[in-house]
Amino acid sequence: MANLRVEIGGLQLKNPVMTASGTFGYGIEFADFIDLSRLGGIIVKGTTLEAREGNPYPRMAETPSGMLNAVGLQNKGVRYFAEHIYPKIKDIDTHIIVNVSGACIDDYVATAEIIASLPAIPAIELNISCPNVKQGGMAFGTSCSGAASVVKAVRKVYPKTLIVKLSPNVTNIAEIASAVEAEGADSVSLINTLMGMAIDAERRRALLSTVTGGLSGACVKPVALRMVWQVAHAVKIPIIGLGGISSAEDAIEFLLAGASAVQIGTANFIDPAITVKVIDGIDDYLTRHGFASVTDIVGALETN
Amino acid sequence: MKKYILDFTLTENKALHDAYVLLKLTPADGAPLPPMLPGQFVNILVPDSPKTYLRRPISIHNVDMERNELWLLVRKAGEGTKHLAAMPTSSIINMVVPLGNTFSYPAQKHVAPLLVGGGVGVAPLLYWGKELLRQGYAPQFLLGARSKKDLLQLEEFAAIGKVHIATDDGSFGEKGVVTQHSVWNDDFSFIYACGPKPMMVAVASKAKSKQTPCEVSLENTMACGVGACLCCVEKTTQGHVCVCKEGPIFNTEQLTWQI
Repeated sequence: MANLRVEIGGLQLKNPVMTASGTFGYGIEFADFIDLSRLGGIIVKGTTLEAREGNPYPRMAETPSGMLNAVGLQNKGVRYFAEHIYPKIKDIDTHIIVNVSGACIDDYVATAEIIASLPAIPAIELNISCPNVKQGGMAFGTSCSGAASVVKAVRKVYPKTLIVKLSPNVTNIAEIASAVEAEGADSVSLINTLMGMAIDAERRRALLSTVTGGLSGACVKPVALRMVWQVAHAVKIPIIGLGGISSAEDAIEFLLAGASAVQIGTANFIDPAITVKVIDGIDDYLTRHGFASVTDIVGALETN
Repeated sequence: MKKYILDFTLTENKALHDAYVLLKLTPADGAPLPPMLPGQFVNILVPDSPKTYLRRPISIHNVDMERNELWLLVRKAGEGTKHLAAMPTSSIINMVVPLGNTFSYPAQKHVAPLLVGGGVGVAPLLYWGKELLRQGYAPQFLLGARSKKDLLQLEEFAAIGKVHIATDDGSFGEKGVVTQHSVWNDDFSFIYACGPKPMMVAVASKAKSKQTPCEVSLENTMACGVGACLCCVEKTTQGHVCVCKEGPIFNTEQLTWQI
């Protein structure tokens, strides 16, 4: 068995496979299907300062090799999380990371402060890339100054590992990554969903209540891979790659492009046990190719 | 209730109608079926259907313990279900099973509960009717369809309890929609409904006027099936809740429908 350990901004993961926020609930929803302690980490549902009802139904539309969602950060708020959900998940033997979102900088800061007080949460993933909310979310993640300002403010109050989740809905994702690195982010994760839409031609209506939504699934993988590769050339902090990963081979491609770890999202809906298959598949690949450690293949893409 | 990811073998694929098939499936490894409750559903991975990316949620129509078979009633609605309906016997089909909640029992046994189904919405009512009968209730069915040929599984329902029929064209049973049927002159202990939303709203309204408790089975578009993605939400008195996890069965008092 190869050494699968990786490090993300001071956080030691038993392997590079995590679950993407919004696709794995709080982990417990999948406890019947897999041994959660096998995961490198679980990024739980996007959490905001106050409870959010999310967008009206319909919130999902299937697309060729993917899906659109417009959930809109439905959650019961960070205090509910700390009081009612955290006690149920804190003893899972993997890193539980909270995805934090907000409508304004003060919200991000207040939420991060509450999460920082929870001893079993070693990291947050700052969501500056949600395409499904009117205020905040992606608005911060689509400009260098916006991204930098949120990270700077949260960095002041959050001493543990700070991951920043980037939006692909930008002209140059590498510049945004550099901007958050400069403000002290420990890691960047990319990509969040791509803005898209779907129409029912017969009824002449949009399929989502919000008209536009976020595209995920296998169809976004080439875009995500390209962005990870670009960001890997722009920053020194570790990258967590995600976007359409549905197999060990997909995950390995992200590692080769420069990601130190990966997240699996939409594929959890199709195979609720996909994560452990990816972990085992990475191990097999490393053994087959004679690599002692998964870190040996990070950024090992051979060009020309 | 423990959920499983299981391969099933398709033992029978019976065309009921141009638009519907009855699939009978048994665990591929020969193991006994896991416990499943009426009202629950399975999430099916449609094999070799490139345009079908997500699993397809389908109500449990019946559990045949003697033959270790799970029955699904499938309406050919889109690519995924058309592909499923065309699967030959012996095909291996992967399912996440069982998902969702179940129906509530009526408070009393001496008054009959009424199970109202429209179109493919009759699917969950067979297993529920069987279970009610087994528990000593005397379920009656009110089934609605466009016309006689669209009525599904009548013999199966008739073996459990009295069946009342309403067809739009009057080709069988009473002419009209289910809520116009004369059976509503009787009193029932509980009303259960599954079918198109306008039908369920009308039935819920009927139940309300008779001050009879009513549960409906919803089928909002889903992705994960386990309460993780929050895509299939229904607005309730408790806010947005997942149909896949908190449902698909809801008491109509929980819903924000105009009834």
